[in-house]
Amino acid sequence: MSRAIALIDGNSFYCSCERVFDPKLARVPVIVLSNNDGCAIARTAEAKALGIKMGDPWFKIRQQCQREGVRVFSSNYTLYGDMSARTNAVYRDFSPAVEIYSIDESFLDLSDVRNRDRVALARDLRSTVRAWTGIPTCVGIGPTKTLAKLADHVAKTIPDLDGVCDLTDPVAYDHWLCRISVAEVWGIGRASLAKLMGLGIDTVADLRDLDPRPVRKAMTVVGERIIYELRGLACLPLELLPAQRKGCAVTRSFSRRITERETLEQAVATHATRLGEKLRRGGLGTTHVSVFYHTSEHDRGDPMRSVSTTVTLPEATNDTLALIKAAQVGVTRTWREALGDRPWRYSKAGVVTTDLKLLDDAPRALIGQLDRERSAPLMAAMDACNARFGRGAVVPARAGLTEKRTWSTKFEMRSPRYTTRVGELPTAHA
Amino acid sequence: MKLLQIAELPAGSAGTVRIPIQGAALCAGFPSPADDFLEGALELPRWLAPNPPATFAWNISGDSMRGAGIFDRDLAVADRSLKPSNGSIVVAIVDGTMSLKRLVIEGNVARLAFDNPDLPAFAVEDLIEGEIWGVVRFSIRWHVARAGLVR
Repeated sequence: MSRAIALIDGNSFYCSCERVFDPKLARVPVIVLSNNDGCAIARTAEAKALGIKMGDPWFKIRQQCQREGVRVFSSNYTLYGDMSARTNAVYRDFSPAVEIYSIDESFLDLSDVRNRDRVALARDLRSTVRAWTGIPTCVGIGPTKTLAKLADHVAKTIPDLDGVCDLTDPVAYDHWLCRISVAEVWGIGRASLAKLMGLGIDTVADLRDLDPRPVRKAMTVVGERIIYELRGLACLPLELLPAQRKGCAVTRSFSRRITERETLEQAVATHATRLGEKLRRGGLGTTHVSVFYHTSEHDRGDPMRSVSTTVTLPEATNDTLALIKAAQVGVTRTWREALGDRPWRYSKAGVVTTDLKLLDDAPRALIGQLDRERSAPLMAAMDACNARFGRGAVVPARAGLTEKRTWSTKFEMRSPRYTTRVGELPTAHA
Repeated sequence: MKLLQIAELPAGSAGTVRIPIQGAALCAGFPSPADDFLEGALELPRWLAPNPPATFAWNISGDSMRGAGIFDRDLAVADRSLKPSNGSIVVAIVDGTMSLKRLVIEGNVARLAFDNPDLPAFAVEDLIEGEIWGVVRFSIRWHVARAGLVR
């Protein structure tokens, strides 16, 4: 039986999540903004029709949105993450092998499904996901991941296909490949596109028929792989288990500019706290914590400063308190008081690690050993509290109480966390 | 200020499921932007919520469903994978509002009805006007007036 991969993705996923719980959003333009309400990152078809583009800055489209009655939301990642987990739970009912590729896209292995049954299965999957979770989706099927992604693009853009396109079908394969622009191929970026256009390559079929060896010179092995994938030779396996993290970063833009040291220390401690959570989830530890903070390139005329420093720990750890201490050392080492009356106005800070290893495998230090035996239960209790009572229920004092932080990312137009907080459940009228 | 005992915390018993099962959402391609915001979903035992991805809890406001035993400020848990049938209590979209109704099917006619003996019998609407969002599997009501602990 031939190999078949399906790509399923949510239509305007973030907007669709909002629509599930608010019937007033049906058939009206809806957009969702990025962190700090920066720019549009999800748009319904109605919003696209108004000319709102992906990445349009909020301050530029604000008036248009008010004028045209666009419903605007800050991103509600708690909700989107929960809805994503729900859709994937449904996908797993349909295929034993599911690769969660991003928050709204998953690859499913359909190789065990007979060719002629695949489209029917895809339609069944779509309608089940729609019924159970309320999320509309499209499905693309192909012998390789690259073709599945392309099929999904066709399913999304051609309404007649009713949300499903199967490129394992030779007729559909021949029909669509010479009708789709090469720009739609997964992995073809702006630079490669310019090169291909120069070679007179317009459609996906043109690219497929290129001799892969010279392409390797112009577009590296990635370009060569794309050509083989377009020919139906699978080069990219399904990644069912995420690779072990090698590094981890927690970085945030402030919702306002920061000039005071205490605030910066609090922000860095908050990021270190989050870093600790992430490491513990993977059973990982680190021996180095890099701290950085900088002013904004948009503040022209203001004094500029960008610093970063790496603090070494005596041995690998994921203890939040040890990470915070290291982060504070980083700030102490780099903080400068302004000389005149124009302080540096910092816009962003973060903590980064690059040398993650499994904590259990990490060698212990001879000198300066950290107290793992006490820290592990304390961290586990903190994580359990935060899992049960919501994020930020228990925080290290250095990081400050969540609601008292004056610099955290802004989500001013966020909808309720409908599915994870008892206090924010949606209301039905009786 | 609420005080809770740490000893009560680990809820990892096999009898509870999260709605839906969380933590598996590690992305192979892009790191999920939701990663920093995931929260433990509301936990319900598997025998109450057999299909977690389709299970959603709703606050109920109003008294038009007293006859069904659902009162103002109760919680109703809807399962979107259940097929609505005659007599189902449903969360439905009526005039752009989420409402709790009883589905009444008589012959070819489906209607969304109140269930409160104090309300007039004509307070029903044809289903054509509404859309069923989910079928209520069970409801929850709190009987505690003030949550103090005996010590």
